Amino acid sequence: MHSRSASRLSSSGAARRHDASADTAAGKPVAAVREVSANAILRILRMAARHRLSMTLGVACAVIAANFQLLIPRYLGDAVDHAQGLLAQAATDRAVVAAALWSTAILLLGAGAARGVFTMCQNYLGESLGHRIGYELRLAYFEKLQRLSFSYHDRVHSGDLITRGMLDVEGVRRFLENAVFRTITLAVLVGYGGYHVIRLDPLLGALALSFVPVVAWRAAVSRLWLRRTWRELQARLSELTRIMEENLGGIRVVRAFVAQAFELAKFDRTSADAIAMSLRRIDVRYRNGAAMSLAYYAAMGLVLWVGGSRVIEGALSVGALAEFLTFMAILQQPVRQIGMIVNSAARGSISGARVFEVLDIEPAIRDKPDARALVLTHGVVRFEQVDFSYQASGEPLALRGVSFEVGPGRTLGIVGPPGSGKSTIAHLMPRFYDVSAGRITIDGQDIRDVTLESLRSCVGVMQQDTFLFSASIEGNIAYGDPEADEERIADAAESAQLHRFVERLPGRYETLVGERGLTLSGGQRQRLSIARSLLPEPTVIVFDDSTASVDAGTERKIRAALRELGAQRATIIISHRLGSLMHADEIVFLEAGRIVERGTHAQLIALGGRYRALYELQVHGADVQPAPGARPPAGVFAK
Amino acid sequence: MSAQAPSTMRADAATAQTAHVLNEDIDEKIFGKAFDRRIMRRFFGYMAPYRRRLWLAIGCVVAFTASQLAIPLVIGSAIDRVLAPGAMDRNLLLHVAVVFALVIAINAAASLGQEVIIGKTGERILFDLRRAMFAHLQRLSMSFMDKTEVGRLMSRLQGDVGALQEFLDTLVTSLGDLLLLIGIVAVLFSLDVELAGLTLSVVALLLIVRMVWLSPARRAFVRARQASSIVNGALAENINGVRTVQEMGREQVNFVRFERKARDYLNATLRAAKFSQVMIPIVDTLTGTAMAIVVFAGGTRVSEGTLELGVMVAFVFYVQRFFDPIRSLTAQYSVMQRAMASGQRIFEVLDVPVGMVDRIGAGELGKIEPAVEFRHVTFGYVPGQPVLHDLSFSVAPGEMVALVGPTGSGKTSTAALIHRFYEVWEGQVLVGGRDVREVTQHSLGRHVGMVLQEPFLFTDTIFENIRYSSVGATREAVVDAAKAVGAHDFIVSLAQGYDTRLEQRGANLSLGQRQLLSFARALVADTDILILDEATASIDSYTERAIQLAMKRLLAGRTAVVIAHRLATIRNADRIIVLQDGRIVESGTHDELLERRGLYQRLHAMNYASFDDVREEALGGAGASGAT
Repeated sequence: MHSRSASRLSSSGAARRHDASADTAAGKPVAAVREVSANAILRILRMAARHRLSMTLGVACAVIAANFQLLIPRYLGDAVDHAQGLLAQAATDRAVVAAALWSTAILLLGAGAARGVFTMCQNYLGESLGHRIGYELRLAYFEKLQRLSFSYHDRVHSGDLITRGMLDVEGVRRFLENAVFRTITLAVLVGYGGYHVIRLDPLLGALALSFVPVVAWRAAVSRLWLRRTWRELQARLSELTRIMEENLGGIRVVRAFVAQAFELAKFDRTSADAIAMSLRRIDVRYRNGAAMSLAYYAAMGLVLWVGGSRVIEGALSVGALAEFLTFMAILQQPVRQIGMIVNSAARGSISGARVFEVLDIEPAIRDKPDARALVLTHGVVRFEQVDFSYQASGEPLALRGVSFEVGPGRTLGIVGPPGSGKSTIAHLMPRFYDVSAGRITIDGQDIRDVTLESLRSCVGVMQQDTFLFSASIEGNIAYGDPEADEERIADAAESAQLHRFVERLPGRYETLVGERGLTLSGGQRQRLSIARSLLPEPTVIVFDDSTASVDAGTERKIRAALRELGAQRATIIISHRLGSLMHADEIVFLEAGRIVERGTHAQLIALGGRYRALYELQVHGADVQPAPGARPPAGVFAK
Repeated sequence: MSAQAPSTMRADAATAQTAHVLNEDIDEKIFGKAFDRRIMRRFFGYMAPYRRRLWLAIGCVVAFTASQLAIPLVIGSAIDRVLAPGAMDRNLLLHVAVVFALVIAINAAASLGQEVIIGKTGERILFDLRRAMFAHLQRLSMSFMDKTEVGRLMSRLQGDVGALQEFLDTLVTSLGDLLLLIGIVAVLFSLDVELAGLTLSVVALLLIVRMVWLSPARRAFVRARQASSIVNGALAENINGVRTVQEMGREQVNFVRFERKARDYLNATLRAAKFSQVMIPIVDTLTGTAMAIVVFAGGTRVSEGTLELGVMVAFVFYVQRFFDPIRSLTAQYSVMQRAMASGQRIFEVLDVPVGMVDRIGAGELGKIEPAVEFRHVTFGYVPGQPVLHDLSFSVAPGEMVALVGPTGSGKTSTAALIHRFYEVWEGQVLVGGRDVREVTQHSLGRHVGMVLQEPFLFTDTIFENIRYSSVGATREAVVDAAKAVGAHDFIVSLAQGYDTRLEQRGANLSLGQRQLLSFARALVADTDILILDEATASIDSYTERAIQLAMKRLLAGRTAVVIAHRLATIRNADRIIVLQDGRIVESGTHDELLERRGLYQRLHAMNYASFDDVREEALGGAGASGAT
């Protein structure tokens, strides 16, 4: 608890400046996770307690069902006594015998049916409670993941998040379903039944219950062990998942290097670790289970021996002995279930901890309590002395003292070597990360003071890496505004130079893309993502190398279309292709996070510095050389 | 993953085919079955290696069941022989107690034995199955792998194997339960035929109830499972696309949609829960009925003296036990159902035939002159739609040939055939003068290396990534390779140098850096023939230069076939082959081709950064649209 709250304090202190550190849980030391897992069960139960009606009814049903179950040995004992008594007396009044047996039989039937009904209710309530909590956790988890900032998703593997959302939520659900009410049943059976048998015969009763301490001890021990093995096993299985996923994703590399045997060996190594852990889990679980069973049967043997002796002495009726034995027989199933309860509690606490760990992270980027919607007047973007670091420590800085201004209808070009911080600027605009120092404003409003929703709806960032959803082309383009009509979708596609391509597809805009659909080329994907970003008609557009896979001719057409659409946008173009940004109103050259040169294309060429050198490299160096007899390099450098 | 698909053109047709390869619709058909003999038989195949252990386990199950059955008998006989009025005998009681102790000792030992052995063997079988699937996927043809998404394969490797785990876990108890059931019936009949018949008549009632229950219950379970996979699918997609979600401000919409799916799932599971729980009071009422019968009919006969009291007590015990296995077997119904569906899906993968196997008598490709030749090769991915038509060309040892052409012209397919990722339809591909089909795939791989367009790295250290499968390579060799391709400097600038762990497949490196590492990896593998698929785009001029330099080092002294997109690369080639629609339209040096004023000259004049996107607009009147 200490380390956690401390880290939260420190990060919230720094939060106003650079918040990238605030969602810290992923890097949390193992010790902290262990503490959380101890509390996870309590927290799950607290969540369950909020379903007051289900909880109360469930507990009531468990208690009632257990009581009916306890009635059965008593009736059976009566029946045995009746039968024996009649036999002993040999006084055979048939009618009396029949009546006594009849009433016992009816009572037994009634008790059985009632127990069944209440057990059903108890189980159903347990299951529904589990599912309801699962539902709540699933929603909370989903919601949280959507709000956690990029810095969190940068660090945490998506496979891990998916595992938590699927398997761990399931682990919690199973705990609620299997463990909670069953524990109550068990407690009632042992507690109330124990009280009854002790009252009936203190010595015999104590003997009947003598297995309870042993069981409790083994349960406690195995719980600790199971928690540890579950935790380890989960980690091993994640690793195994990763290995398989990477193998399949990189299957061409594997084939190209004839590395099948190598990959199998890698798989086997991790798999062997996982098996070892899995086998240990089984050992722990069943050895303890067997110890509990043995203790239980030993107690039964004692009852039989001592009880038998006392029957012989005449101090106990055969019926009473039968009742003791039936009582113990009833406990057999619950005793066997203890292993399962302990196992699912262990898993529930580990799984719960893994889910809560994510739920407890405060998103680094969120609305201030008094955030207002962004008010657009002109659409002027300003960076004022912006510093930024991706690291919580604030080192190294990815941007230092960056300042610029882009007004409506104007274009800013950003260029620089890899790692100079170009894309960082694109990430700061929609507040995917917060600046470490300085500020970014739109029409004079600090973007940290306005709501994220209003900010992001007016800033459109087009990234180099595009993610397509398994949906139709239409669905993907209208992603930001599912209500958009066909016309707007077609317009956006038209501007992104995608319309003609889509029109030629058999399914046109209904064609499925993404995992299960049509595979698009890099250029097509980028144009689709550009169309997606254009649809909400953002006031500020950032192209983050987003036309890298689009050929120069198409890129020019896209830009022309955008100019036509709205001259009043502020545009930031980040590109390594000078042809894409040389017509910008201002070009800044970044190096190691600093602006080292700025001006128009002509000014920068005249300056004769880095920009000029890059220009020379691109014109005369590797990529572009006019073909003999061809026109000047049209697509790229013609204005 | 789509970046890995060789060409766009093929994809349309491929997706159509994917449909029946791993069909999700199958779920519908087989979901409902709780027992499928064919699948069970396949499972037994995987149990075979553990035969001895399993026999031991079965021995334990039998011993356990026997001891379970014996306990009431012992108690019953204690009551009859020892405690019956007039027969009170301490010695006999001692005798019984000793027998009882013995029985419970056997019971505990056998219970431990069966649970541990079956549990562990089950676990091993699961890992075996997973490994068999994984190993099988390593051998399947690329045509299959192209068509199948990683996500779906993973759900089989993890999800379905996981579902079997639950099944094997309960298999232990199920098996015991079943035996116990049989044992109890046998004992009851041996104790008293009349009472046994009377008591067990209630089972007929149970069977009738079950018949009514089965079909709606099955539908409810299937529905719940489908709803679950919808919810999980939505969660996974949202996690993978979370950046886009935030960028587009879709959080609210997505949440509402997810909530709807989660609620559907909740409702479906609650309905399924009702179906599984409703059996409980039915079974319990029947238990009560059976006990009532024992008490009334048995009690009457005891009072008549035609039945011993001990037998009646034993009956009472057994009847209580009798329904426990039935109850737990009922509870396992949906587990069984899931297991059968999962088994079906697992075996479906295992049954995909390995398309490409070494021919019997395939030789080793030993020392060769590293030449490559295509002889009248026709090839395609979809029957009736060839991608390469009668393609013939040869690459001399040490020569660097650039393959150039618009998207869909067949460059990637040509390159893939050299490594025998696919089988040609007609003609031959020869490496070192030998048909690639006549040598083992493994030895071919030692001569033909590949660098892919998308530099794929593994979550491991930089050292391990460069060395990759050349496990014999020394650290020195790795460092040399890194130096040769110009990656050394950035590697040593990282905190742990070569031991820096790449997280998420090198997401912390730039694309250019990843490219260099993949070059170094190819350099360490040191094959005499190299196929290089150049990255299409998105590398800045600085990195571009570094990569050109690295490529030169990498290709020096090797036979190379480069799928080229960049002019610089193309110009460095000894020869350029221009492909269009799977045919060679031109070939020659850069200057020769410009002289010819053919397709190459047109493509060149258009000045595309890459030739990949040209197809749509350029191919018709390319010359005109290229210029402005």
